[in-house]
Amino acid sequence: MSGLPPYASTGQRVWYYSFRVICGLIFFFLIAPIMVIVPLSFNAQDFFTFTPEMLSFDPAGYSTKHYQDFFTNSDWQLALSNSLKIAPVATLLSVSLGTLAAIGLSQSHVPFRRAIMAVLISPMIVPLIISATGMYFFYSNPYIPTPFGKIELPFTLTGTYWGVVLAHAALGIPFVIITVTATLVGFDQSLTRAAANMGANPVTTFFRVQMPLILPGVVSGGLFAFITSFDEVVVVLFVGSAGQKTLPWQMFTGLREQISPTILAVATLLIAISIVLLFVVELLRRRSERLRGMSPS
Amino acid sequence: MSDKMMAADGRPLKASLNRALRRQKLRALALIAPLLLFIVITFVMPIADMLFRSVENEIVSETLPRTTIALQEWDESSATPPGEPVFAALYTDMALATEYKTHTRLGSRLNYEMTGISSLFRKSGRGVGKFDTDVYTKAFQDSNAAYADPAQWASWMADETVRGQLPMTADAYDAWAAMLISEEGDVPAEETPWDFVFTALYLEASAGATLPVDVDVSSVEPVSLMAQFEKIDEDWADPEVWRTIKIYSPRYTNGYFLNSVDLMKGADGIEERPENEQIYITLFVRTMIMSLSIMGMCVLLGYPIAWILANLPSRTANLLMILVLLPFWTSLLVRTSAWKVLLQQEGVINDILVWIGLVADDNRLQMINNQTGTIIAMTHILLPFMILPLYSVMKTIPPSYLRAAKSLGATDWTAFWRVYFPQSVPGIGAGCILVFILSIGYYITPELVGGTKGVFISNRIAYHISSSLNWGLAAALGTILLVIVMLLYWVYDKIVGIDNVKLGG
Repeated sequence: MSGLPPYASTGQRVWYYSFRVICGLIFFFLIAPIMVIVPLSFNAQDFFTFTPEMLSFDPAGYSTKHYQDFFTNSDWQLALSNSLKIAPVATLLSVSLGTLAAIGLSQSHVPFRRAIMAVLISPMIVPLIISATGMYFFYSNPYIPTPFGKIELPFTLTGTYWGVVLAHAALGIPFVIITVTATLVGFDQSLTRAAANMGANPVTTFFRVQMPLILPGVVSGGLFAFITSFDEVVVVLFVGSAGQKTLPWQMFTGLREQISPTILAVATLLIAISIVLLFVVELLRRRSERLRGMSPS
Repeated sequence: MSDKMMAADGRPLKASLNRALRRQKLRALALIAPLLLFIVITFVMPIADMLFRSVENEIVSETLPRTTIALQEWDESSATPPGEPVFAALYTDMALATEYKTHTRLGSRLNYEMTGISSLFRKSGRGVGKFDTDVYTKAFQDSNAAYADPAQWASWMADETVRGQLPMTADAYDAWAAMLISEEGDVPAEETPWDFVFTALYLEASAGATLPVDVDVSSVEPVSLMAQFEKIDEDWADPEVWRTIKIYSPRYTNGYFLNSVDLMKGADGIEERPENEQIYITLFVRTMIMSLSIMGMCVLLGYPIAWILANLPSRTANLLMILVLLPFWTSLLVRTSAWKVLLQQEGVINDILVWIGLVADDNRLQMINNQTGTIIAMTHILLPFMILPLYSVMKTIPPSYLRAAKSLGATDWTAFWRVYFPQSVPGIGAGCILVFILSIGYYITPELVGGTKGVFISNRIAYHISSSLNWGLAAALGTILLVIVMLLYWVYDKIVGIDNVKLGG
């Protein structure tokens, strides 16, 4: 849409401007619901809507009491610490395994590449409720069935910290695979050959040559994996027990039972986190494109 | 050249290259293997477990093994309940199941198929220990003290000839002994067998089997087990109950799948469920229709946005892109709670409408806990998934095509419809499938803003897992949903390719 030409007819002018208004409204639809939460979280009352005091910008209508509640209430603090315990470990698992596999997948001759890719991406495609159902059943078995008989385990995973971490790691893997393979597409394989030629062993080549170049992709894949775990409710509801109650779980029960507007304060904090994440990922993407010699779009 | 090409180490070049290739393949696989194993264990096997559970039905034959075998000879279309041998088998099975406390689980399993069986089994569990069969025990023990001696019993049951003569008693004794060890922690050689073992012994003795110590059983008044069961609950005389047990006795069943599509197994094959129990077809259709409406809304709202983003100067477009990416990155719970706040009757939108005067204060709009709420909230949540693929396709359409069309005399509309739109169709396809796949399996948002009318099939699956505990049905519903999603995934792979999935623009 490169501006209106001077010879445009009235009809074209009307359409030009009304189209922009329509687009403006859709942008408003996208962003307004999220933005409305921010002022509401400073409500001095326990209401979910704007009070007359708030609308007249009376300072008495605003308070940070819901934030105080979040930082002092033991339920919310437990949920926060659980979230912070689960997400990083799950991310670490998916990033380390996922990066290795992505490097394997980007080699020129990989047998069954398509099938392997389909399996690795599937946690993203399968509806969460189905993954959660399957994991709930399977993680409560004290064994792993194999074609050669059952491997007995001395524990079951349902209701444990590690059960939730493993489940979340599985859900985060597709994101790591997708971002890292996308970064590797532009990776010049002759660099590793050059390194090998100059006497570097594969490990040195990986950490000194390949890793710095694909790092932006790895980090943004890791961020996706982190947010997947941090934001996940369904699987943790099924696989976890009350001891693994995470922030989204606490919000979910809060919303279902309409307890307190503290949810809005938490939501505002999460919005702040997502703004930070958004900018970090965008910066990484540009950096990665620059490193690979592409012009940032 | 007749000589083969040789590599530096003296091997034929071809073999040497093949070896290098094989090594390369192995290295690639070795890098992939840990993750593949991880995904298979943590994700693929759980899915397989769910698929298995949708047909698995071992509980009936495991809890009532003797009854299921005895029932094979009974014709399930007959109007009379099975005969005494089946009740004798049921007696042993029930007596054991009550000790293992598995009879209530079986009762609730069969209750999915026929209401009332659950209480029937609970009642029978309580009553089965008070049967009049103690007359058999007494008769045997009175006529010879050896029958009251636990050690004597143990030695008889270790004797192959006795076992050969009294197979039913041996079976009952073994099951009793195993139960005693695992449930009571007692030693069988120190306890007198229970009534049901003596009942088996009596039945075999009166049929003419040789006893280890001869007892004349002809004087003992036989106790009708059928009458005993009927005394607990007359439902045991109802052939319908027996039909249900027999139909669901195989180890694998398609019963859960039939249930998922509002059918059931009747006496003569598959029949429809009663009118008031038909909910799943409606629910599937509703899930489909709502997912389609959400998809349609996303196209409608996403197309102009993608168009304007693709055609604005890149500086402005990048800024506006933030407005699309911010919702994409924001927590799902945050967006759902935003809509809950906005759409409530005492919420922001209703307040504004009342303030403008469009809506009377006592007649506020009902926008939440119904289909409207689900569709609005989910359209908002899934819109970025439509905009991003559309945008990446539109970016590749050269703007000169539109100018060329116009310079050849096309009106704005014709140029758009005949030149631009067809080129953007792949983007619409990709976005639509993505949005549809995501929305069809949604759980959280419908659960929170959907009320009862706006819920999806996933909410029903969750209900069966956590509230009704009908796991087989949940697994069957999940399997159907999974098949639908996999079909769409396959189509998506054909059209777009999974390798081309992009994240975050």
